[in-house]
Amino acid sequence: MYLPQFEYFEPRTLDEACSLLDKYRGEVKVIAGGTDLIVQMKQKALSPPYLINLKQIPDIGDISYDESEGLRIGALVTHRAISTSAIIREKYNMLATASSKVGSVQVQNIGTIGGNICNASPAADTAPALIGLSARLKVLSGKGERVISLEDFFRGPGETVLGDNEIVAEIRVPNIEPYTGAVYLKHGLRKAMDLAIVGVAVVIRVDFERKKCEEIRIALGAVAPTPLRAKIAEEILRNKKIDDGLVEKAAHEAAWECRPISDVQASAEYRREMVEVFTERAVREAFRGAEAS
Amino acid sequence: MKQLLKLRVNGEEYEALVGPGMTLLDFIRNELELTGTKEGCGLGDCGACTVLMDGKAVNSCLVLAVDAKGKEILTIEGLAKGTELHPLQEAFIGHGAVQCGFCTPGMILSAKALLDEHPRPNEDEIKTAIGGNLCRCTGYVKIVESIKAVATKEEK
Repeated sequence: MYLPQFEYFEPRTLDEACSLLDKYRGEVKVIAGGTDLIVQMKQKALSPPYLINLKQIPDIGDISYDESEGLRIGALVTHRAISTSAIIREKYNMLATASSKVGSVQVQNIGTIGGNICNASPAADTAPALIGLSARLKVLSGKGERVISLEDFFRGPGETVLGDNEIVAEIRVPNIEPYTGAVYLKHGLRKAMDLAIVGVAVVIRVDFERKKCEEIRIALGAVAPTPLRAKIAEEILRNKKIDDGLVEKAAHEAAWECRPISDVQASAEYRREMVEVFTERAVREAFRGAEAS
Repeated sequence: MKQLLKLRVNGEEYEALVGPGMTLLDFIRNELELTGTKEGCGLGDCGACTVLMDGKAVNSCLVLAVDAKGKEILTIEGLAKGTELHPLQEAFIGHGAVQCGFCTPGMILSAKALLDEHPRPNEDEIKTAIGGNLCRCTGYVKIVESIKAVATKEEK
């Protein structure tokens, strides 16, 4: 299978990349890992006359953490680097889990977190996990930079608020507070190389007696045109003492907040059922994690 | 516009002029005539095109050849030393893990990447490592057995 013709650039700085984006606006795509873009180009879904390879740019490929700022992940960091990073496994293990569920080992070795987010598949694994963790994106263009909450980034399948002359440079995840548990569960048919039928991320913070939920975020993947926060389900649990009945009620609510479709992977009805099942599981697991923290 | 590509494949230096639209798979098979690496789907789903790039298993059908510059590539041809087969190759043959053989180069390289990093993986870790390699013939059991055999042999 062959790629369509294109002209190719390898800028060495973000500024260079941004001016190329401005120069060829509307006809250019950036390539990071290429695990989505190359596929789309081979399938002729995309034929950009110009391609900008970001991988020679040094500033956007690192993971850094400090107590006050939290976690910063360069857009070019691969899923493999995330799932094996000592600091991410220690402090943000749920994100390491989500990245380890993307595609396969081969895909994780070259696919990047920035690319995964910008590809904006409704079924992406890292998106609900990062939304659960209240992630924000640093976005650059010739005009400067802006910071966007990941929750507000997605517009539809494959569509984001990113302008066609903008680059996502960094993902910022705030520090996780004490007594917090975080879980990402992916329901799929196969162990690898499968889109999620349903993805559920739950981040729950409890009071120091570990009985009451003080804050909770539930993010769902693969059951709406974009990753979705189940806000009504969250409200049922927020500031309440956690008990089985309440968790079941919240899970049931989440199942009706989402807008799944029927496709070759699963029916909408099945997806709704699975949202209920996996939300309940994820909340319980996250709560146990918070209790143990 | 063609670029000069310099890389190492199976321990040897290569230099070639390549267009940006050539994938690493095309380069390996057509330019270097190393046809052990296969094109199964061309879309990164089947893993038949798996090679090791700087020690990591990648789908060469998704890597632009120009992106492999300065890298160390290992293909299936790079495993045997003359007529002496690599332990993984011996194990696959001995355990009956090869039927049509199309997935085999990719499988063996994924297994090698795993064992180089984790010399004593458990069964779950083996299955995860080959999760991106599809086999239509064997049902995977003997493939996993072969990899396990090499792993446990390394213990002794």
